[in-house]
Amino acid sequence: MVDSKQQWKAWLYLAPAIVLLLVFTVWPIINTVAMAFLEGYSGLTKTGGDVTFKLGVGNFTHVVAHPDFQQALLNTCLLCVITVPVSTILALLIAVALNAIKPLRKALQTVFFLPYVTNSIAIGMVFAAMFNVIGSVGTRRQIISSYGIVNDVIMALGGDWINWINSGSEYWANMLVMVVYIVWNALPFKILVLLGGLQSVNKQYYDAAKVDSTPRWRVLTRITVPLLSPMIAYVIITGFIGGFKEYTSIVGIFGEKMGPVHDPGRLNTMVGMIYDSLERDNQGGASAAALILFGIILIVTMINLYVSKKRVHY
Amino acid sequence: MKIVLENLTKIFPSRNKKSPDEVIAVNNFNFEIPDGKLIGLLGPSGCGKSTTLYMISGLQKPTGGKIYFGDDDVTEVSTEKRGIGLVFQNYALYPHLTVRQNILFPLQNLRGADKMTKDDMLKRAYEVAKLVQIEELMDRKPSELSGGQQQRVAIARALVKMPRVLLLDEPLSNLDARLRLQTREEIRRIQKETKITTVFVTHDQEEAMSISDLIVVMKLGVLQQIGAPQDVYDEPANLFVAKFLGTPPINVFDGAVKGGKLYIGEDAVMDVKNVPDMPVTVGIRPEGFVLDENGPFKCRLSNVEVMGRDVSIVSTHPASLNPIIRSIINADNKVDAAKAEVRYTLKPHKVFLFDKETENRIRF
Amino acid sequence: MSENTFKVMKQRNMRRISGLTEPMRILSQLGIYLFLFLMALIVLFPFYWMVISSLKSLAEYKLSPPTFWPKQVLLSNYADAFTTANLGTLFMNTMYVGLVSTILSLIITVLTAFAFARLEFKGKELLFGALLATMMIPGELFTITNYSTVISFGWLNTFTVLIVPFLVSIFYIYLLRQNFLQIPNELYLAAKVDGTGDFKYLWKVMVPLSLPTLISITILKMMGAWNSYIWPRLVANDDAHRMITNGLRNAFTETTGDVNYPVQMAAVALVSLPLFLVFVFLRKYIMSGVSRSGIKG
Repeated sequence: MVDSKQQWKAWLYLAPAIVLLLVFTVWPIINTVAMAFLEGYSGLTKTGGDVTFKLGVGNFTHVVAHPDFQQALLNTCLLCVITVPVSTILALLIAVALNAIKPLRKALQTVFFLPYVTNSIAIGMVFAAMFNVIGSVGTRRQIISSYGIVNDVIMALGGDWINWINSGSEYWANMLVMVVYIVWNALPFKILVLLGGLQSVNKQYYDAAKVDSTPRWRVLTRITVPLLSPMIAYVIITGFIGGFKEYTSIVGIFGEKMGPVHDPGRLNTMVGMIYDSLERDNQGGASAAALILFGIILIVTMINLYVSKKRVHY
Repeated sequence: MKIVLENLTKIFPSRNKKSPDEVIAVNNFNFEIPDGKLIGLLGPSGCGKSTTLYMISGLQKPTGGKIYFGDDDVTEVSTEKRGIGLVFQNYALYPHLTVRQNILFPLQNLRGADKMTKDDMLKRAYEVAKLVQIEELMDRKPSELSGGQQQRVAIARALVKMPRVLLLDEPLSNLDARLRLQTREEIRRIQKETKITTVFVTHDQEEAMSISDLIVVMKLGVLQQIGAPQDVYDEPANLFVAKFLGTPPINVFDGAVKGGKLYIGEDAVMDVKNVPDMPVTVGIRPEGFVLDENGPFKCRLSNVEVMGRDVSIVSTHPASLNPIIRSIINADNKVDAAKAEVRYTLKPHKVFLFDKETENRIRF
Repeated sequence: MSENTFKVMKQRNMRRISGLTEPMRILSQLGIYLFLFLMALIVLFPFYWMVISSLKSLAEYKLSPPTFWPKQVLLSNYADAFTTANLGTLFMNTMYVGLVSTILSLIITVLTAFAFARLEFKGKELLFGALLATMMIPGELFTITNYSTVISFGWLNTFTVLIVPFLVSIFYIYLLRQNFLQIPNELYLAAKVDGTGDFKYLWKVMVPLSLPTLISITILKMMGAWNSYIWPRLVANDDAHRMITNGLRNAFTETTGDVNYPVQMAAVALVSLPLFLVFVFLRKYIMSGVSRSGIKG
């Protein structure tokens, strides 16, 4: 039996955290769920008078039926489905390569970690600058003074320039820019985790593989990847969770209009949707959207865990 | 396939940048391992035996010297091309693969003329599994096996590709005493059946003596002696070898040769002809003592341990370099443990003389 | 083993062993370095482009083909950026919020982690499990209600609103608790025997022993303040309380078209600089914190 004096003391230590958590974590969970099920709930309408909101799933059906939501869902899913595998495979290759060299390893490791300590908005602006075309793009009389460094490189290699992010740019071009930026941003964390995993793999497995004349590629696919599978599962799961919450990287490149000048909102994401609803004082819709986001993340994580249970080898 | 080591040397650069001390792990080795034999590399830890094994495998590169497999110089040939089998001390079984997949793994790497069909691979894997008696465990993962079973899987994986040479690094060190005894017989049997030239590393002299055709005794990177286990035991080349082999260990005394007689302390214990007068170190095997009421070698009796077939007599002597002297006597001889003194005569072929300076054997 | 296998073995053993693999090894090693250098170049290029663009004149920036080193280094872009974006105020605001919230957060984290690691109370495991479970929930879900809450508290456009709602981080509590648990309980019992109080023990023994974790938390928290964007934009978007990321986005709303990129890049470089300094000097702590988290900032 725990003596009551220590009980009392423990709660004293916990008090600050508990109070803050009750206000800013527990209450929001209850309240957000409640708002989501009160149809058309809005803080503004509520303060305006004695209004009662009907209990129901109206917020959910309304959000799901909204074309903006469908677009945001599509954008988010597309970004996840493309960037997570691309960045994971690239990070794996880089980590394996780093693990295979000795001179310069520390220096290169530092270089590859660099994008982690950046501000997504700020570096997004740099990426925008690199893809931006200066001139009257997308108008009837195009006069272009600079194609931007990315197009310059493409043209130097004999390709045709592309309107990446300017007015009149196409959806796939916008998406490609986002994929490049998000992958660039996601690499450091994945490389760090995977390299850490690689370095904890017993070196004798590689000696054994060498004795058995195993080709390099087979060592990678049959030994390294399976032995690394817990780490790979970890970066994929966190990658999906992060991917579904993508927002600021798009603000960094396209600004708060979330799309090219001629079609704002085209690249909006789930999180962007939630904040839009909030700013329009549609708390009911925002809550419903947030719960849907939570549900999606939960399901994707469950699927990931289920798959990794079958595929992860320990 | 015979293996020849020629002036083999391995120097590790110092790990600490401040002190320039290199470590000479293996110093100018020369010996030949005959085809189809089981060879034990024996020595205390840090003697360079594992380094030698790893150089034969190609996982470590010699600093100097040459390694031949048969007539081919393989010094510069990488591990992959040497066609060896290696059993690691911790087995290094792939934890994510089943026993079958582990055994198949080396076969799936074969290219060119050696490439096998799937059926042949499965057949070969089964054959090898049967040889090491694990054919019932093929679908298990390594984590579901006992230490002894893992050891067998590791041997099967090393054998399955029919290596030119089989190398084993401390193969028994991770097993408990009973399994160790059983497994070493197993290794002996498998080697006899396959006739693959096999080299294993151990620090346990009993293990090396019991199964090797030849043992190679090493100390601090320097080769001490090569020979059949019994020969090395009976005719040690120096004090180190004499001390390292045998349980219970050899008894060592300060002594001197004067006028053809060997003195230990005050006692002239034995005749030694052809040895000039000089101080010597004397080694006497425990079985070299014969109880004799009137024997010339007088020791203070401490106690008598009865071990059934034998009796072990523990005594002390002022000239002994060990705290106690242990002799093994047939249990038919009755010893009165209450007596203060015990007297022996010595069996000359169980007594070895060594130079005090060089510790080399002095023949008599 | 069958006779046949022995025959195969004999035949193979007769074959000469040869093949110098060195050239192949060197070639593949070269390939690895090539790949790494190429990737490193891609990773570093945006930083390079940011810096050289920030030093160019607008006319030079618009040149096609571009210059890879400014013809004339123009530091005035930095001065322009500093005044245009009002970076001084933004910097001070962010430092203030970052420092105050870090200190308060550390205190709360240490107290809570200690209670969970060393003190006994009813429902400890249950409470801790519940707290960990909340880490699953995306932050946006809390933001919606918290937005209404801080409005009703009258905290809109204050520093309080930027500091208080995020003082408790379950993740930091979890990290520190793990660290505390590694400290042998015998030390705690010995201190009790000596009559050392809990609080003194916490302060004199546990905190110093957990310093690396506390430093990691400090850095991540400061970086979080520096990079936070969504919440500050929502609740404190006035000139007196604006934070640096939000301010940067506000000052340069246009990212495409005919923008004064050199000045914009100078501003971006200025905002990035403190992060780089932290990275250069405290990389070890960031890496150890990050590899356990999977969250940014």
